[in-house]
This record gives sequence, C-alpha cells and structure tokens, in this order.
Amino acid sequence: MLRLDRVSVSVGTPDGDLVLLHRTTLSITERRVALIGGNGSGKSTFARLLNGLVEPTTGRVTVGDLDTVDDGPSVRRAVGFVFTDPGAQLVMPTCLEDVALSLRRTVKDKRERLRQARAILDGIGLGDKADTTVHALSGGQKQMLALAGVLATDPQVLVADEPTTLLDLRNTRLVADRLFALPQQLVLVTHDLDLAARCDRALVIDEARVVFDGRPDDAIAHYRASVDAP
Amino acid sequence: MTSTTRKGRRAAVSTTDLALIATFAALIAVCAIMPAVNTGSGTPFTLQMFGIFLAGATLGATRGFLAVVLYLAVGTAGLPIFTQGAAGPATWAGVTGGYLLAFPLAALLVGLVAARVARSKPARFVVIVSVVAAIVTIAVVGTLGTLGMAWKLDVSLRVAWGYATPFFVYDIIKGVLAAVVAASVHRAFPQLTARR
Amino acid sequence: MSPELISAYRPGSTLLHRIPAGPKLGLLAAYGVVTVVATGPWTAIGFLAFSLALVVWVRIPWRTAVRALRPLLLVVVLVTAFQVWQRGWPAAIHVVGDLLALFVAALVFTATTRIDALLDAIVRGLGPFRRVGVDPEKVALAFSLMIGAIPGVMTIARETRDAAKARGLERDPRALLVPMAIRTVAHAYDTGAALHARGIGDD
Repeated sequence: MLRLDRVSVSVGTPDGDLVLLHRTTLSITERRVALIGGNGSGKSTFARLLNGLVEPTTGRVTVGDLDTVDDGPSVRRAVGFVFTDPGAQLVMPTCLEDVALSLRRTVKDKRERLRQARAILDGIGLGDKADTTVHALSGGQKQMLALAGVLATDPQVLVADEPTTLLDLRNTRLVADRLFALPQQLVLVTHDLDLAARCDRALVIDEARVVFDGRPDDAIAHYRASVDAP
Repeated sequence: MTSTTRKGRRAAVSTTDLALIATFAALIAVCAIMPAVNTGSGTPFTLQMFGIFLAGATLGATRGFLAVVLYLAVGTAGLPIFTQGAAGPATWAGVTGGYLLAFPLAALLVGLVAARVARSKPARFVVIVSVVAAIVTIAVVGTLGTLGMAWKLDVSLRVAWGYATPFFVYDIIKGVLAAVVAASVHRAFPQLTARR
Repeated sequence: MSPELISAYRPGSTLLHRIPAGPKLGLLAAYGVVTVVATGPWTAIGFLAFSLALVVWVRIPWRTAVRALRPLLLVVVLVTAFQVWQRGWPAAIHVVGDLLALFVAALVFTATTRIDALLDAIVRGLGPFRRVGVDPEKVALAFSLMIGAIPGVMTIARETRDAAKARGLERDPRALLVPMAIRTVAHAYDTGAALHARGIGDD
C-alpha cells in the first residue's frame, strides 16, 4: 500500500518558494492507478515521491511499512520507476550490460548475471541485440529495454512517468500491453486518456493539487471539462 | 526535468556525483573528437581544453578532477577519445604526455576557485575563473607540457617552451569560454554547488 | 552515426594477445625505462626495428599504423631538423628513434588489448586501495557509465549545433556551448535519477 500523509513539496528559488505539491493525504491500494493532468501540474513530482526520487518537504510517504526518506534504499528496491525518455534511463553501453546492471545487487556472480540478463532480453524479443549499443535501438525497443531493466530488480510496485509519450501508436500499444499484463501494482502517469481509462482509479492533478479522485471515466470527464472551461 | 532529492548521507561520491563525473568525462571526450570549430587558420582547434576547464568550473575541484582522470583512464585503455582520434598508452609515450598529466590538475585548480565564487554575481565569477584558468594554462599546462617535450625530445627547456607558447593564446580563450558557460550552468542548476 | 569511436583493437591469438592486460602494461612500462637507460643511435635503431617487428607479428595493417603516427609526423620532422642542426645525426637518430620505438610499441599494446580487459585490470589493481576509501565497483561503474554516455552527449552536441545553425547563430560560441553544457548537466541528473530509481549506488 502506498500512502501520503499530509505531504507537501516545495523548492526554494531566488523568487521565493515554489510549491510543487500542496498538502495531500491519500492512500493507494488499487492495482492500477492513473495520474492525469496538464504539463507542469505536479504529476511527475507526485510520481517521484513514491520511490523517494523526490522527498517530501513536510509529511511522510510510506510504501508498506517503509518510509521513503528513512528507508530510501529499500524503498527504491520495492518501487521500480520508468521514465518518459528511455534514453535517459539506459545508462550502460550495451543492452546486455544495461539489464545486468539491475541484477548487480541480487546476483553476485558476473557470469550468472550475464546469463540471466540474456534470458530477460530473449523474453522481450531483443535477444539478438544483446551486444549492440542501446542507442541503435528504436524508441519502442528502448522503452521495452528500460522496462526490462526495471523489472529485473523485481519491484513490488511500478511507477511509470508518461512511458508512452515519445512512442508511436504501435509501440504505445506494445509497452502499454506489457505494463497492464504485469502482476505488480502500477501507478501510471499519462497523457493518453485511453490508457487512463484502463485503470481502476484515476487522480486528476492541477496546479499542484489533487483536484479529482475516483473512477477513471469520471476523472477523464472532469479533466476534459477543466480544459474546455474558459 | 530535475529532481529535488536530498542525499549524500554516506558515500563520499554519491550516485548523482557519479553520474555527473561520468557524463562530464564523456563531454570532454566529445569536445576532443568533435569536428573542430573552424578557425580558418588550419591549426587543429578542438574544445578538449574547454571541456577540462568546464568540468572544473562547473563540478568543483573533486568531481572535476575525477571527471578528467576518468576521461584519461578510458582513453588510455584504448577508446579513441584523445584529440585527433588518438588513444592508448601511445599518447603518453608521445611528446604530449606532459599535457595529459596537467589536465586533471588544471580541472582541480580551476574547480577549487570556481566552487568558492559559484554563488557570486555571474560577471565576477566569469572574471575570476577566466583569470585562474589563464594562470593555470601558463603555470601548470604550459609548464608540464614543456617539461614533457623537453624530456621526450631531448631539447632545452627554452626550446620546448617555445614549442608550447603558440597554444597558450587558444587555451586562454577556451578558459574564458568555459567560465562564461559555467556561469550560465550554475544559474540553471544551483544544486551543483549545494552542500559543497 | 558515430564512426568516430572505432577502437584500434584487432582480434588475434598471438602471445601478445594472450598476455593479461595488467602484466602487458607492465612490460610496456619496462620497455619505456629500457629505452631511456640505453643510449646511442644504434640501440635506438635496434629498438625501433624491434617495435616494428612487433607490428608485423601482431598483423597491424601498415595503413593503420601510419595513420596512428600521423599526429607525430610534424614533431618528428621538426625535432630531427633541430637535433641535426644542434648536435648532429647520431643524437637526432637517438632521440627520434627512441620516441618512435616506444610510440609504436604502445600502438601494439592497444592493438592487442581489449578496452574492457584493461579497464578490468585497472579495477582489480585498485583492490588494495579499498582501505583508503576507493570503491573498485564504483570505479567499474564509472567506466561503463562514461562509455555509455558518449553517444548521448554527442547527440546533444550535434542537436545544439543544428539548433544554433537554424537560428543563424552558428558563429556565436555561446549559442553553441551554453545549451550543450546545460543539456549535458540535465542528462547527468537524469542518469543519476535513473540509477537511483534502480537502487544502484545506495549501498
């Protein structure tokens, strides 16, 4: 269970404090939850709170019994994170090494690590790309590889920050189908309202506040109305 | 998108620092091998020295020094990232070995000063860092480069110094460029100097 | 997109290919010391002949070797002329012969040593420094991260150059370099966040 308890986030700027998320309390138990809202609304901040990439200025964020500030390393192991731009997430020279990097903590033997990484690549249809540079992959392949790299750490929860925004329709479907087939709890930040509709619950975030929380259909209607309203 | 993580409780070099060091080492490599800005004079003008000064001026002494050492280590291992696509221990065995030795020191010294003035006005930062980079160019890069050449070529220090001087002008300009660029980077990323 | 980064390593099975990277680097250093200690034009010619024999042995194509020597060419001509004028032919042959001999031997080293083998050797060599706070695992990660970052930074450099050109600012160094540096730092922070998100480097 993910829980935000009176959480707010702000950063100091030369022009004073900038609030990225106003005081929010809620818990997430549903299997799939969508976060929707405009650019700069605070969706990414919300998502990054969940695995400790952003720490709350006030309040507490907990994942099960773990506090994202006090138990940072354990939280990051429990909560996987997929970024919008897979280019930023793929950090090693070759596909194989990138997946193997995720296995570093759990598999100490290097040879065994590479063997498992190869099996994971085979599983997402990139087996023949093991030794090619990650920059030679297509956008969809990169995002699938990034996802595989995150899943290799075996997280309990997966947070994905607009994972399909940079992809074409075919690759969006490929990545989305993979995400929705996962057994893990999924928190999905997205501009793709079709994807949001497939979730169990949706939060609409606007100007650093959660302005709607409920069934995806209602949330989408609320979001559309807020954009259409003058 | 930047994150506002607070960290660095345990390790001397945090994960973020590691990423900055590795990315700046890559930046120096790209500066060294990128088709040079055309100066119209025919001299090979690469931005390698700019990248080295920039690493110091942006990352500060420790991280800047480590970025340059990382660049040198990977280049020495054989990745062709030294100027003119050179690589391997041959670069140290050639006449420019003294320069390679000077690079990390240059980043260290520029970084030492830059970190102190990073929070002052951009104009002040640019002037101070440019002056330090110019002094370092002559006193460290020029001197070690000269010693390396004098030793390798078995010529007097005076002759070797003569070989080294034509590069000073360019390197001093690159130092100014690095200072100007670093001032902008510090305004864009105030967290670069946080807690240091 | 980046033909720039073609390593000079040439696969093979000669003895030089099979010597581990660490000891091989030691041999190269020892060779350097020997060339300094032994003086005279004839020994220099001997060293150069020996180095060239290594080139033949490990089958580096001559064109590759000559291309690698090109940056040194101007220096060699200048120094030969200067030494002949100041101290005569024997001194010139000694200085230039030693320089070339060691340079060529180092080329042979690079041609017979895989990059990752040498980087692994460096990481292993750092083991004893663990007690003064050096973490060999982290160094190994830094090597991979840096090599992984080069294509990304190269793309950033190319894109900012194109962007500056599109606005007619290709002659303004600030329009070229400021965005390049800022995007590079942003890229580094993204990489740091990605590593963090994958739980790497916390321990």
